[in-house]
Amino acid sequence: MSDGLIVRILGEGQYDVAATALDRLNELDAAVESAVAAGDEESFRPALLALLDGVRTVGVPHAADALDESDLILPHGESSLDEVRDLLADDGLIPG
Amino acid sequence: MSMMKRMSMIFRAKANKALDRAEDPRETLDYSYQRQLELLANVRRGVADVATSRKRVELQVTQLEQQAAKLQGQAEKALQMDREDLAREALTRKSGLAQQISDLQAQHAQLQGEEEKLVLAQQRLQAKVEAFRTRKETIKATYTAAEAQTRINEAVSGIGEEMGDVGLAVQRAEDKTAQMQARAGAIDELIASGALDDVTGGGPSDDISRELESMSHQSDVELELARLKGLSAPQAPGQLGAAEPGAADPLAKQTEGETPR
Repeated sequence: MSDGLIVRILGEGQYDVAATALDRLNELDAAVESAVAAGDEESFRPALLALLDGVRTVGVPHAADALDESDLILPHGESSLDEVRDLLADDGLIPG
Repeated sequence: MSMMKRMSMIFRAKANKALDRAEDPRETLDYSYQRQLELLANVRRGVADVATSRKRVELQVTQLEQQAAKLQGQAEKALQMDREDLAREALTRKSGLAQQISDLQAQHAQLQGEEEKLVLAQQRLQAKVEAFRTRKETIKATYTAAEAQTRINEAVSGIGEEMGDVGLAVQRAEDKTAQMQARAGAIDELIASGALDDVTGGGPSDDISRELESMSHQSDVELELARLKGLSAPQAPGQLGAAEPGAADPLAKQTEGETPR
């Protein structure tokens, strides 16, 4: 993908997202981030779900047999605020 | 920096760290492939574990539904025998079971969702592992040592991310399954201890059954007695006039040895 991004939703796989859709996704991303920063459980869940839905809506599933790194990685929809904070705080993630 | 960007950097750093580079680039390929096969086996185990838990919950739901049906039957029978107190007791227990059943059904739905996600993760990883194996052979055959390092890095980090992701999915499924197992165990214990009035073990072992049983024994005895006394039925309050004295009893109509025509 030359002018697009590969976005991974953890537990769901990768999506190809056109660069033109990024502005909208960044707005949604900012909402999630401020909820995490404020420790605001109530607005965190809908913000996260909106962001993931945004990615699914504008993106198309990336080829399953392609070995490409993602440009962006997002937590899965059931993640708790604490889990996301852990992911961002650089611990609690041991792959494989 | 946005959350998306930060997550990516952190996640990838870890995913790649999990695949420590070996001395020889070709070793990295083989080592990485080995790790992938291990993880695939691990995912398959995870799917099997979740499936086992799901089946166990299904079995428990069936057991409890059988008990509920039995209690319903007992309530009906008790009412026929004019024992509203017993009927009430049976229905009370039945409504207790209904709550357990709906809790278990919710757990079942959760496990099924977990199982489906894990199966999809397994398929994704399977596809990546296949692709990696092809890539690995191509790299070994086609590129010079200098070129190979770059290609290897691409392939390894591409799959490292998928491995990290699927590894997390397996971990989550295992955690959830362990929780469910604990809860399912508690239900088994309740069933075993009789707290849920386990009557699935065949035979009327619970008190309501015993009482109904002894009542029907009693009414059998009454009937038998009535027959012996030459009455057609036991006397009951509110019954219209007893049979006239001397009236023929239907049971006594046939004298022995006589063939009816």
